[in-house]
Amino acid sequence: MAGLELLSDQGYRLDGRKAAELRKVQARMGVFAQADGSAYIEQGNTKALAVVYGPHEVRGSRSKTLHDRAVINCQYSMATFSTAERKRRPHGDRKSTEMSLHLKQTFEAAVLTNLYPRSQIDIYVKILQSDGGNYSACVNAATLAVVDAGIPMRDYVCACTAGFVDETPLADLCHAEESGGGTSLALALLPRGGHIALLQMDARLHQDHLETLMEAAMTACKGVSKVLDEVVRQHLQEVSALTGE
Amino acid sequence: MLKSKTFVKKTRSGGIMKIVREHYLRDDIWCGSEVCTECKQEETVLQKDTYIESNLCSFPHYLLPDTNIVLSQIDILEDPLIKNVIILQTVLQEVRHRSAPIYKRLKDILHDKEKHFYTFTNEHHRETYIEREQGESANDRNDRAIRISTKWYSDHLNNTPTDKRLKVVLLTNDRGNKEKAEESGLLTYRCEEYVKSLIANPELVDRLALTNDDKNEITSSKVLFPEHLPLSRIQSGIKSGTFQQGTFRASRDNYLEATVFVHGEGDDSTEVLIQGLQNLNRAVHQDLVAVEILPLNQWVAPSSVVLQDEGPKEDDVTEEEEEAELKSGPSGAASRKPTGRVVGIIKRNWRPFCGMLFLSQIKEATRHLFTPADRRIPRIRIETRQAATLAGQRIMVAVDGWPKHSRYPNGHFVRSLGSAGDKETETEVLLLEHDVPHQDFSQAVLSFLPKMPWNITEEDMAVREDLRNLTVCSVDPPGCTDIDDALHCRDLPNGNQEVGVHIADVSHFIRPGNAMDLEAANRGTTVYLTGRRIDMVPELLSSNLCSLRSSVERLAFSCIWEINDKAEIVKTRFTKSVINSKASLTYAEAQMRIDDANMNDDTTKSLRGLNRLAKILKKRRIEKGALTLSSPEVRFHIDSETHDPIDLQTKELKETNSMVEEFMLLANISVAQKIYDEFSECALLRKHPAPPPSNYDILNKAAKSKDMVIHTDSAKALADSLDAAQVDGFPYFNTLLRILATRCMMQAVYFCSGMDSDFHHYGLASPIYTHFTSPIRRYSDIIVHRLLAVAIGADSTYPDLMDKHKQSALCNNLNYRHKMAQYAQRASVAYHTQLFFKSRGILNEEGFILFVRKNAIIVLIPKFGLEGTVFFENKDKPSPKLIFNEEAPSLTVEGHSFNMFDKVKVTISLDASNVQHQKIRMSLVEPVISGVSVAPSEPEPEVKRAKLDR
Repeated sequence: MAGLELLSDQGYRLDGRKAAELRKVQARMGVFAQADGSAYIEQGNTKALAVVYGPHEVRGSRSKTLHDRAVINCQYSMATFSTAERKRRPHGDRKSTEMSLHLKQTFEAAVLTNLYPRSQIDIYVKILQSDGGNYSACVNAATLAVVDAGIPMRDYVCACTAGFVDETPLADLCHAEESGGGTSLALALLPRGGHIALLQMDARLHQDHLETLMEAAMTACKGVSKVLDEVVRQHLQEVSALTGE
Repeated sequence: MLKSKTFVKKTRSGGIMKIVREHYLRDDIWCGSEVCTECKQEETVLQKDTYIESNLCSFPHYLLPDTNIVLSQIDILEDPLIKNVIILQTVLQEVRHRSAPIYKRLKDILHDKEKHFYTFTNEHHRETYIEREQGESANDRNDRAIRISTKWYSDHLNNTPTDKRLKVVLLTNDRGNKEKAEESGLLTYRCEEYVKSLIANPELVDRLALTNDDKNEITSSKVLFPEHLPLSRIQSGIKSGTFQQGTFRASRDNYLEATVFVHGEGDDSTEVLIQGLQNLNRAVHQDLVAVEILPLNQWVAPSSVVLQDEGPKEDDVTEEEEEAELKSGPSGAASRKPTGRVVGIIKRNWRPFCGMLFLSQIKEATRHLFTPADRRIPRIRIETRQAATLAGQRIMVAVDGWPKHSRYPNGHFVRSLGSAGDKETETEVLLLEHDVPHQDFSQAVLSFLPKMPWNITEEDMAVREDLRNLTVCSVDPPGCTDIDDALHCRDLPNGNQEVGVHIADVSHFIRPGNAMDLEAANRGTTVYLTGRRIDMVPELLSSNLCSLRSSVERLAFSCIWEINDKAEIVKTRFTKSVINSKASLTYAEAQMRIDDANMNDDTTKSLRGLNRLAKILKKRRIEKGALTLSSPEVRFHIDSETHDPIDLQTKELKETNSMVEEFMLLANISVAQKIYDEFSECALLRKHPAPPPSNYDILNKAAKSKDMVIHTDSAKALADSLDAAQVDGFPYFNTLLRILATRCMMQAVYFCSGMDSDFHHYGLASPIYTHFTSPIRRYSDIIVHRLLAVAIGADSTYPDLMDKHKQSALCNNLNYRHKMAQYAQRASVAYHTQLFFKSRGILNEEGFILFVRKNAIIVLIPKFGLEGTVFFENKDKPSPKLIFNEEAPSLTVEGHSFNMFDKVKVTISLDASNVQHQKIRMSLVEPVISGVSVAPSEPEPEVKRAKLDR
């Protein structure tokens, strides 16, 4: 059997999308009452849940305390049932640790931490179902959760992946496209200013292609930001309707 | 834009896994037809007026073939007559899974704008997507999807204004599918029905592939072959080790014998011998087959009989006799080889074959046998009504299948190439058989040529070193127009010498990724046939702008060394440059200048300097163990008007040949080192693996017959013992031995440094090597130029250059093209040799025995570099008494024994009894053996001779 044809001559991808099209994004905010902020997001078949606690005083060792800003603590985990094969360890493996670190870096760049010196913000994200673009789903979910918690940010942090097949950049890769070889670039963007919070790429890519790929990823992130913005406004309307204001 | 989701489940082998994929359905996929007013498409593919005159459909219509039609009748679809066809995505995907070559051909059609083929993405269309139902097989589901899409198209096109209304015709050969389609009111025809109904083009019928339905009428019911095993059993057999998988290679000399090359783990691979029609079991040369090894007591030795299929037999008796004869061969236990039988075909590797029609004895018959030009391919039975016209022509035929009760495979006619014996046609056949791309360059390619008149611009000068003042000259064979190398040599103030090799800067003109580059990459190499050259790059570049002709300014890529008196390199540098060659010489002219003490101009001085250094370099190289091998090469003198060969001579090597060669080698090695240092992962290099010891068996035996020992444990030992092997009074012996040694060698190949660890070049005794010096005629050199340009900062990289997988795929293509080009060259020489002997009539010549076979000897005629077989068995005469000794090897005919290297006298004539395989026939004249040898032929009539000697 021949391998998968990631992009057909007619310009359709495996799942019927065109090169620059995102998967269907659906999101909800305030899914848990207990937490300070929470959100649930679906990007195609990738589903993620984010929960935010804080800002609160620094727990555990006091030595972590920063005097000019808040500490951001991130924990990433994947549900054992999230992939086709059962996962043994939901969190704490190398990949998860790395992902936690990336999330931490992303949100340190976006959250106005200097407003909360000597305190801590916890962000917990869990992948419920994984179908490519786990990092971006987590960032997008966490953004909504942080907004839900009412913690001030510079801008939404929107993340999206982009890949490169047959000289064409593809936005928002699904699992089959990610594992089909080739490059995958993850970008977290503060869309209004166009600032990059995090950029990650593992595979090799020729320098000539980098620009077009970045371009595609940025456009995709801006697309995501529109959806997120809508979700936030929608949520706000619902909440204000409930409180009768 | 509507997006809806459904889930597609899929299981994979090795533990069942549930895979969930998204599947978006869209409402922005258009029908692609010109008449449609509903779809908001920007471009249309299917035409408004489509005229294919047909008895069945007298109205304009589009065709919609199902998967099996595409797979079996691709030749029909490729015909320029068939236009306006809708290919569904379902069909395209099924074809992709089932046959890569047909998928490639289908894609080529789809890209051809003239053909008006449209791909309809029905799987993602909101109205044509269907889900597989409970209990429905994947095939049934796809058939249903095709029907649904046809239905959609019919309805959709019905919405257009009545006067322009078009219909869609579904083509399917599947009976069930056809019935169901008719039930739902679709127009459906079988492919045969439809093609036969085409009024204007009856010859298209010949291109129809024979399908299973026709099979029963064409053959007798007698089952000739065992059934092939299904793929699932083959796979489990291979896994458990009962079967082996390998490439089937039919024997050129014996149609009842073949070997299967089994690829083992890593380097270890074995050959399995297959003998007899039943065991060969319908496998065709180059197929990927599964074989079962027979028990040890049934192993046989490869026969040394030369056996050719003589056409349709009245009965099978003769065949069985031949088989019996085959098996009674020498069965010394030592010579037995693993023997097996083919149990199944994993992948057919059929391509269209060139050859000739072998007319049936019955005049009115429409079924005829086709004899391919390649003797390893069996005859093919085809059906045609144009037999009378096709007789005597070279034609192409595609194979459709080989049922188990048919002696020959079934095929169909593809196209005619021209009349046989015509030089144009024969060259065409030769090129096609060797898969040499030889069409004229397309407009797209030519559009990337520089505009004429072309000049070196200021910008070029700014980035290049100006070497126009140097005394550069080129030395090439006479008549060479694509000069890609030039040399210079001058004294430096410090007593050392500066030597420069200047290579045509082809990569300046051929930029990566454009049509010209892709075309050159595909062609891989320029092919030199006798009297014709098939260029890799358009002629404007190869013979003009890139060619380093004398007295014109040309762009070059220079490799400049500072070399001391002992010919040691002190300094190497590479630079892009502009040169002005002072003279383009032939080898002979250059030699004359060097030898003529009266000439003392700069060019001559430079040549002398080069020659002196080259001698030292060569000596050092040979000390290191480089091999000097030999092959009988001939060159034709071609009549300038008729282009017929009028004389041939063996190539002569002068000192200047080796002078140029020496510096080219030096440049190649220097460049190889440089690009490998710079790009250890993606440098394109060339290696020549050391041959396995068993390759030398024939050489050892040959030497032993003259009481000599050839040491083959290293290149150095081999070179030394070849030098030492001399027989008094037999000066040609050494050359013969070298010819044999050449045949023991492995092929040198290109490879990507990131994919391999063994770089050694055995023949040149160099640890690293590449090709840099002939970019006009080899694509590998262009890549090396680009790498080197990047390494010295003269050019920028591009993505494919740095990708080792793409690089290695390119190497595979280049290796393939080089091999094929070599074969084509040899075939061309052979063809011209025949023409030569045709005009010469019968000749008597002396020759040497090169190999001894069971029923024949192979004789080399040094004068013509010609190799031929002298058979001792003849169909009409009783065979002489033959005793074959495999150990020596020697053949005793009626008491006279023939050994390798024996001198014999033969008469040479052209055997034109078979137009397709005209061959040089040799018969023995001396030694005289009664009943075997023939009388020397009479000298030719005076008249003819006078004409030829003009």
